[in-house]
Amino acid sequence: MAADRFEPHPELAPPAMTIGVVGWLRQNLFSSVASSVLTLLALYLLYLVIPPLIQWAIVNANWFGANRDDCTGGGACWVFIAKRLHQFIYGFYPEAERWRVNLTFGLLVVLMVPLFIRAFPKKVWLGVFLLFGYPVLAFFLLYGGFGLERIATDQWGGLMLTLVLSAVGMVASLPLGILLALGRRSSMPIVRTFCVAFIELWRGVPLITVLFMSSVMLPLFLPEGVTLDKLLRALIGITLFESAYMAEVVRGGLQAIPGGQYEAAKALGLSFWKSMSLIVMPQALKLVIPGIVNTFIALFKDTTLVIIIGLFDLLGAVEAAIKDPNWLGYAIEGYVFAALVFWVFCYGMSRYSQALERQLSTGHTR
Amino acid sequence: MRLTQTFAAGAFLFVMPFAFVQAGTLDTVKQRGHVQCGVNTGLPGFSFPDDTGRWSGLDVDVCRAVAAAVFGDAEKVKFTPLNAKERFTALQSGEIDVLSRNTTWTQTRDTSLGLNFTGVTYYDGQGFMVKKNLGIKGAKELDGAAVCIQAGTTTELNLDDYFRTNNMKYSPITYDKGAETVKGFEAGRCDVLTSDQSQLYALRIQLKDPDSAMVLPEVISKEPLGPVVRQGDDEWFNVVKWALFAMVEAEDLGVSSQNVDEMKANSKNPSIRRLIGLEGIAGKGLGLPDDWAYQIVKQLGNYSEAFERNVGQGSPLKISRGLNALWTAGGLQYPPPFR
Amino acid sequence: MSDEAPLTKAAKTSILNNPTFRSVTFQVLMGAAVIAFFGYIANNTLHNMAQRGISTGFGFLDQKAGFGILMSLIEYDADHSYGRTFFVGLLNTLLVSFLGIVVATILGFVIGIARLSRNWLIARLATAYVEIFRNIPLLLQILFWYFAVLSALPSPRQSLSFLGIGYLNVRGLYLPAPVPEPGFLAVEIALLFGVVATVAVTIWAHRRQDRTGQQFPVFYTALALVVGLPSLVFAASGFPVSWDMPVLQGFNFRGGLPLIPELVALVLSLSIYTAAFIAEIVRAGILAVSHGQTEASRALGLRPGLTLQLVVIPQAMRVIIPPLTSQYLNLTKNSSLATAVGYPDLVAVWSGTTLNQTGQAVEIILMTMAVYLTISLLISMLMNWYNRRKALVER
Repeated sequence: MAADRFEPHPELAPPAMTIGVVGWLRQNLFSSVASSVLTLLALYLLYLVIPPLIQWAIVNANWFGANRDDCTGGGACWVFIAKRLHQFIYGFYPEAERWRVNLTFGLLVVLMVPLFIRAFPKKVWLGVFLLFGYPVLAFFLLYGGFGLERIATDQWGGLMLTLVLSAVGMVASLPLGILLALGRRSSMPIVRTFCVAFIELWRGVPLITVLFMSSVMLPLFLPEGVTLDKLLRALIGITLFESAYMAEVVRGGLQAIPGGQYEAAKALGLSFWKSMSLIVMPQALKLVIPGIVNTFIALFKDTTLVIIIGLFDLLGAVEAAIKDPNWLGYAIEGYVFAALVFWVFCYGMSRYSQALERQLSTGHTR
Repeated sequence: MRLTQTFAAGAFLFVMPFAFVQAGTLDTVKQRGHVQCGVNTGLPGFSFPDDTGRWSGLDVDVCRAVAAAVFGDAEKVKFTPLNAKERFTALQSGEIDVLSRNTTWTQTRDTSLGLNFTGVTYYDGQGFMVKKNLGIKGAKELDGAAVCIQAGTTTELNLDDYFRTNNMKYSPITYDKGAETVKGFEAGRCDVLTSDQSQLYALRIQLKDPDSAMVLPEVISKEPLGPVVRQGDDEWFNVVKWALFAMVEAEDLGVSSQNVDEMKANSKNPSIRRLIGLEGIAGKGLGLPDDWAYQIVKQLGNYSEAFERNVGQGSPLKISRGLNALWTAGGLQYPPPFR
Repeated sequence: MSDEAPLTKAAKTSILNNPTFRSVTFQVLMGAAVIAFFGYIANNTLHNMAQRGISTGFGFLDQKAGFGILMSLIEYDADHSYGRTFFVGLLNTLLVSFLGIVVATILGFVIGIARLSRNWLIARLATAYVEIFRNIPLLLQILFWYFAVLSALPSPRQSLSFLGIGYLNVRGLYLPAPVPEPGFLAVEIALLFGVVATVAVTIWAHRRQDRTGQQFPVFYTALALVVGLPSLVFAASGFPVSWDMPVLQGFNFRGGLPLIPELVALVLSLSIYTAAFIAEIVRAGILAVSHGQTEASRALGLRPGLTLQLVVIPQAMRVIIPPLTSQYLNLTKNSSLATAVGYPDLVAVWSGTTLNQTGQAVEIILMTMAVYLTISLLISMLMNWYNRRKALVER
């Protein structure tokens, strides 16, 4: 009786080849001949690149010292970067006044943090202040006035200038971009034509020609005797250029709002501006935040082009420093540093934008 | 509609602090409290910012001399770094008061761009730099060479003229900036680098091993470099012109920053007394204080001091005076008399 | 009727609230403002230029340029006019953009597919590639690749030689240049005929398949027509081509077909940068095709290859093509950074050297912008046409 009873064989352990490290390796790296070959090739490539890089950047590098004589390791000479760091960050901003730059950007960070905290109350007002109040404050802090010493913009430079250029370009182009996006979807033919022409014009040309235009042609457009600051001219060019891209991003958001929302707003008797500012825009802008962040990343990288019109942004400051007769021959360190800074900023922002995208896209994807 | 109006008004308010309307340049400068000077974005020896952002160089010292003459303070000057494309526009539009940016004095520029050259800070000429191991002695041996050019204005034209007159071929690689030009030359992209001779020396010290390259003796063009002001403002034109002459005259008379105070106290030489404003017309015709030239020499030194400090033996460039020596030493620097 | 009259009267409100009136007024005002603005600018510009003695107009186009250009696809030397430098620069821009687009597309598709690879290491490497290269400014990358390429190559006298036919050194890659001889015309005609015949056969084969369901080996026919036929003619007419070989003479190689390092570095950096974006687009496109499509196609009995060819790729392409085009546009616009490494593109030659020589900033910059604008409008038009053709027809 008992012998007839069905006795399941105890479960065997899975084959050693399919579990643990070996199993993982087989499944993910050596699942077929082609895959194995590719894995080996990739490993060889990594072997070629990574060890010499570490040798150069860390093992043989010199980190501390006062001048080029302290760079004896044969690897990277980070002493050069350390010595010039303040110039890479502040440009030629006077040393005694640098607290103003620190304060401006410190304030920005402090004000931005609550925006990322979900439960923070009255975020909208903070956002409005950041968009409209803060730039004015930042302008007076950086440029001077109200008892602060005037620091002419030709002394601005380095990372600070990069941030100013991209942040101002961004903030100024957003309202313009919204107006253009609305204009492009308008039913009024002249308005629509004008907006389409404006957008296509700026989107069709490279930023470099826009900067040339703002540095060489813009002074000719102004009445005799009126001049514009060089930085301001660059900002005008960047803003016009950027607003076209912003308009297209915002238009994408407007198109995603169901027609019922427009009709409902009309049915409530709201005027055009009211229906836009109370019903459509809040929804559309929320949708396009990732797009705006991506535009910002592109702009942030593009600011390196201002070097061509003689502004010293981060890359410009690096290029100026490597010409210093006391530090000749450390160009690679300078460029690597600049690349690293740009990379950290852009990568951070792109991760943020991806996280936002995941957070905002609810229920539409499988 | 109202929105656009508000926006326009806002934009205008934002622009206001930057905009000004110009009167006579000297008055504007005095009122503003500093001279705004256009310089090269970075050319060691002529205009170069150090790590604190302080500009130095021969072109820079000319601007400081103007500030010393106007304000009695060589520090009351601010610098606008400009590239070749925008330099004239910046001057024409009034963004800067004086352009001191290794600019060649040519007929076109002097006559048809609304500009005036005030004098010559540096007599220059286009030359060639080659690697020593090529074993070349002169520019005539350069047939078929690849030539790195730092984009300029007359540079490309002079080069083409020279090679064609001598029936030689070349392939030009034109870089926008000095740094890239040097790197291209160093990496062997080209056999020879051409630019104004002064710049060749400045570029040479940017090589890893400056001694591996040499500047060929041939000079293929005349490039008198000098400060530029707007045409039609004679008062300011005179100030800039005589600020430079004062430095040269000081050297001619043996007055330097070291001995100027002693000269002021003791010198009986009427030429010296006129220069430092103790006799004669002094600052009257220029609308400047009487001690304007004294301030220049006291704060910046004479032409020789400025030259040696920035590009000569006291600098890494080590350029010899050559054409820029005084007329008494076989050069071309010849100040009109101060009387 | 009499009942309605008071109603219409009551509905008559201020003309200010009439939408048509408001729209017309607003547009008239805006049009006037725009015209006034441009008039103001034009007036200022003309006044300023007259004041500063800047000459205007396009007379300078016929003047002698007087400077050399490193690389030109058309005949050019310093005796040619400024107008000619415009075309030299334009063609160089088009060349670098075209090469960049081809390389970036191949690289981008490879990386994009690699990101979806089941091989963990390959997928990670592809991700690292994308994250590294798209987050560093292009200008830095161009400078890096240019000087990396330059320092990796030997000097002309130590050139790497490929069987004595081609040479590689820091001045570029020198290949033998084909020089067609009289009989070559026949080969060209044969090639042209082959292309035309291929198009005709393809159309015919499609129609026949629609009608009868019978397939026709279009690919092999095309191969025979485009490659085979001209080769036959080429051999039959006794190989009517001579080769211009590069020879080391003095400092450099002369003759042959030189490929300059500036072009190589620029194509390399433009395509490496753009490929990072294309890879993301490709990945998104492939992920956008729902798995159900593949399963349905397999259920219909299509083989994996055909599933890919007829079901997945056409649907993925619909998602991929629009952003891909804008990447192509970006690449074309970014090619203007050539000026940093001395590649003579439109911006370097035309808005660089020619602008410096003539000083006519307004004309030159407007012409440059017009060129880029035309290119991008042409591509946009093509794009819209393609979108209309391929748009999902919803029933």
